[in-house]
Amino acid sequence: MQTLSIENAVSKIPDGASLMVGGFMGVGTPERIVDEIVRQQKRDLTVIANDTAAPGVGIGKLVSAGVLRKAIVSHIGTNPETQRRMLAKEMEVELVPQGTLIERIRAAGFGLGGVLTPTGVGTVVEEGKQKLTINGREFLVEIALRADFALVGAFLADYLGNLTYALTGRNFNPVIAMAADTVIAAAEHIVPTGVIAPDHVMTPAPLVDYLVTN
Amino acid sequence: MDASTIIAKRIARELRDGMLVNLGIGIPTAVANHVPEGVRVFFQSENGLIGTGPAPEEGMAHRLLTDAGGRPVTALPGACTFDSATSFGLIRGGHVDMTVLGALQVDARGLLANWMIPGKMVPGMGGAMDLVTGAKRVVIAMQHTAKGKPKIVKQCTLPLTSSRPVSLLVTEMAVISFEEGAAMLRETAPGVSVQQVLAATEADLKVPSQVPQMQL
Repeated sequence: MQTLSIENAVSKIPDGASLMVGGFMGVGTPERIVDEIVRQQKRDLTVIANDTAAPGVGIGKLVSAGVLRKAIVSHIGTNPETQRRMLAKEMEVELVPQGTLIERIRAAGFGLGGVLTPTGVGTVVEEGKQKLTINGREFLVEIALRADFALVGAFLADYLGNLTYALTGRNFNPVIAMAADTVIAAAEHIVPTGVIAPDHVMTPAPLVDYLVTN
Repeated sequence: MDASTIIAKRIARELRDGMLVNLGIGIPTAVANHVPEGVRVFFQSENGLIGTGPAPEEGMAHRLLTDAGGRPVTALPGACTFDSATSFGLIRGGHVDMTVLGALQVDARGLLANWMIPGKMVPGMGGAMDLVTGAKRVVIAMQHTAKGKPKIVKQCTLPLTSSRPVSLLVTEMAVISFEEGAAMLRETAPGVSVQQVLAATEADLKVPSQVPQMQL
């Protein structure tokens, strides 16, 4: 793990990269990293996240700044700007059921090719997907989803990069930290090694490549 | 009593002690205001919380403690938090006893459409498809009609949420169950006749000889 300034951490992200971003309606999203991506005027990014929050909040800032080529999310209903850009074909949106999305990410991080889920069977979600019948029940084959970068919003980070999350700020964060080539974490507080008890670590330090200095 | 209060109060009577329950946004959220006395229910927010409490007092909101709509909530003593994979494992894995969701259409077989109107409104399905597929019991809370047009239809014209039928539908006019692929009128709201329900419903309803009044 290496500590970097916010400017240097975000400069690692090239135009066109795919990013998993933690957060649920902006809660648990590393806002400082988002702000710096906008400031550095990145282009053609693909974002993989639960939702696109709202204009001016979390991933909503990336939408409004026009830095996204595509969003793979479960919900855009709270961000009219995403819907407008999707309908105007300025941005591609792929909608995935929330439980399927997180499980596809988990599968990638856990070394699996995908998962079998009953969610989406008999709906438009099954179009173009393989179906398998297991013990008489139909399942969709949903393939694993990886990204170039995971942008993780933690509550505490220690000097080694062990992370914890607070309350409902956890959501996608520990799962995306397993599923990307490069993990960049920002924490609300950076604390001495040992302050986070072993039983309380939610993301083990070796998964974190860069910790943004506060 | 307004429509959403009737619906929420009636659905609250389906709650049982110890249940793990997930409430959708809109009318379903109001069910939490009418939990019967002596019944302790665990409310799940799919963003990663069991033990969701009421909205905090002014000035007491925590930035990292919200419901699935992003609104500040409280966590009751004994609450727990978890990541989204665990949250949807609870949902899809059949650990959630009951979910209450809104609807755009429900059809005669109990199939539900509640996530998009093609060309008009594409919010995304969020967690709805997983909830309808995985929760032990799916209860729908919705107004009986929309702008005078029936929402309980012969067959859904909007994209389905799941191939699994819902368990129970509660409107401000009636309670309807779906067993063995047929819609059955179970109760009528106070002051509403069977004929009025049938007139406001496009789907064929089975009507037993006795239809009790909704207890609120």
